[in-house]
Amino acid sequence: MSGPSQEVLAKLTPVLTKRWLTPDAWKLDVYERLDGYAALRKAFKYTPDDLIAFMKESGHRGRGGAGFPVGMKWAFIPQNDGKPHYLVVNADEGEPGTCKDLPLMMNDPHSLIEGIIIACYAVRASRAFIYIRGEAVHAARRLRHAVEEAKAAGYLGDNILDSGLDLEIVVHSGAGAYICGEETALLDSLEGFRGQPRLRPPFPATHGLYASPTVINNVGSIASVPHIVLGGAEWWKSLGSENAAGTMIYSLSGRVANPGQYECRLGTTLDELLELAGGMAKGHNLKFWTPGGSSTPMLAAKHSDVPLDFDNIAKAGSILGTTAMMIYSDADCPVYCTYRWLQFYAHESCGKCTPCREGNYWMTRIYRRILSGNGTHEDLDTLLDACDNLLGRSFCGLGDGATSPVTSSLKHFKQDYIDYIEGHRRPLLDASDLVGAH
Amino acid sequence: MAYTEEFRAQAREIMERYPEGKQRSALLPMLHLVQSQDGYITQDGIAFCAEMIGITKAQVAAVSTFYTMYKREPTGDYLVSVCTNTLCDVMGGQKVFDALREYLGVDHDETTGDGKITLEHAECLAACDYAPVMTVNYEFFDKTNPDEAVQLAK
Ligand SMILES: NC(=O)C1=CN([C@@H]2O[C@H](COP(=O)(O)OP(=O)(O)OC[C@H]3O[C@@H](n4cnc5c(N)ncnc54)[C@H](O)[C@@H]3O)[C@@H](O)[C@H]2O)C=CC1
Ligand SMILES: Cc1cc2nc3c(=O)[nH]c(=O)nc-3n(C[C@H](O)[C@H](O)[C@H](O)COP(=O)(O)O)c2cc1C
Ligand code: SF4
Ligand code: FES
Repeated sequence: MSGPSQEVLAKLTPVLTKRWLTPDAWKLDVYERLDGYAALRKAFKYTPDDLIAFMKESGHRGRGGAGFPVGMKWAFIPQNDGKPHYLVVNADEGEPGTCKDLPLMMNDPHSLIEGIIIACYAVRASRAFIYIRGEAVHAARRLRHAVEEAKAAGYLGDNILDSGLDLEIVVHSGAGAYICGEETALLDSLEGFRGQPRLRPPFPATHGLYASPTVINNVGSIASVPHIVLGGAEWWKSLGSENAAGTMIYSLSGRVANPGQYECRLGTTLDELLELAGGMAKGHNLKFWTPGGSSTPMLAAKHSDVPLDFDNIAKAGSILGTTAMMIYSDADCPVYCTYRWLQFYAHESCGKCTPCREGNYWMTRIYRRILSGNGTHEDLDTLLDACDNLLGRSFCGLGDGATSPVTSSLKHFKQDYIDYIEGHRRPLLDASDLVGAH
Repeated sequence: MAYTEEFRAQAREIMERYPEGKQRSALLPMLHLVQSQDGYITQDGIAFCAEMIGITKAQVAAVSTFYTMYKREPTGDYLVSVCTNTLCDVMGGQKVFDALREYLGVDHDETTGDGKITLEHAECLAACDYAPVMTVNYEFFDKTNPDEAVQLAK
């Protein structure tokens, strides 16, 4: 196979990933040689308020899945309220398909730390937490090392570089619960409780950690900040597309020749990304894919030319999410994949609200029935009905997200369901226990 | 199980990371600490966390049972976790799990008779570009396959 054309190669736009190929870029001295901590010195010349205004101006939006404007979130933090302020970095990375934050923290941990310091200066926080998923022992170790290095060099501690900012960063490991990525469940977990979501509003910006004003941002949102400060708001905007400033790390996994992280401007298409990744894996043809993890509705092969930014993906009927592009081929069954995802949501449901706790359980059983060749046409209506009772009626985004694979696979691949129901397709599962349980 | 003075000092060091009066935040890291010594969350471990932080044992137990990484029973020397979430599954993760189950004679969340290996299936481990993914004591093994996994288990 021929490699990607020059035109397509030029689409790679390494900003967050630019240091990843430099050996030892995770060490402070190497980081400093590569522009490290230059943005911090620049940021300290602004007033905190000007810095927030600058972030708004840059159009930077959250990289954790919802795309909320970062500058606006920072501006929600009440000032002169006499309360301590906190910054919490969401490094729980649990959305199936999502694998961009862990490599970032492994390869370039200081960019996250530098971003944290700048963000804390802007929102006047003197303590920051990085909540990292518990299984990522390697990344937590690397972060702790980087925090120690930064402290020894005077980037953390009291009166950092004479800016008047005092700051400490605590790396806090979770313990294996997808729901703890939801920001309010994360806060409960960080306070030492079971990770169950809180009612919003009030949002964390006013009532967050220890009921104090708290900014919660994704790893990618914060690690972008030093680059934006150095490059300027106009530069960041020029990199993306309309309403979608900057670059994004697109994670390609599954049936592609070279899975991995491809950083490109927001608005790149799957076709272009596939060319960068050497095309589909040998012998596989694109059948369905997710633009941003399993909680974002799957799309079909015909959508491969949709620009991957917030607005265009929404127009195509999905959500940009975490740009976790899981690529499936005609060797994979959308019904089975949806079943596996539902098992995941059923397992990870925190059990606080009924639609999600019961809905995912029952939908999983319906899928088993269909996949074992015992489904009926009414089952498909029951599934849509169940989704109706979940979407918008769940307490948090987990329940909403669980409906995405169901409704989208039924929309694009209904025939695959019917093939199981009408016996045109060999059953994939044995679920004789469910026969007659209609 | 006895906790040495040195161990208590480690627990106190964890508590000091959190703001004054917010020591309960130390609970998750402290549970990791006791589990790293005891192998799983024992009654003594629960009592220890409760005493250090100043909450009840029931409160500690309620938290520890919520999170999958805290084990309620002794685990083997090696905890083998195979990602069987959708993407890893179709890329061969389920086959890896099945091969290990066959070879070791244990199912999900079970430990071999000699106490060496505990097998579990895991949810997405955020390394999907290296699918199928397996970890041994949370050390990552990428693009694994059934033969390789069984070799490793041997
Ligand atoms: N990165 C990952 O591993 C995962 C990401 N997700 C993503 O998470 C998204 C859902 O997350 P949510 O936090 O429920 O989204 P959301 O849209 O409710 O909130 C997004 C952010 O904006 C803030 N916000 C929104 N309105 C606000 C207001 N009026 N005042 C102050 N702050 C406000 C929230 O506090 C939050 O930080 C999904 O789109 C999904 O893609 C889901 C699962 C895992
Ligand atoms: C079930 C669920 C899980 C989530 N998991 C994560 C996660 O692992 N990492 C993350 O950054 N955001 C996650 N989010 C989104 C957060 O609630 C929140 O929107 C995000 O951290 C805000 O950061 P951002 O504005 O920088 O994107 C999750 C949301 C839901 C509903
Ligand atoms: S939607 Fe699911 S995860 Fe969210 S609060 Fe309800 S039960 Fe818990
Ligand atoms: S699906 Fe296995 S690591 Fe993500």
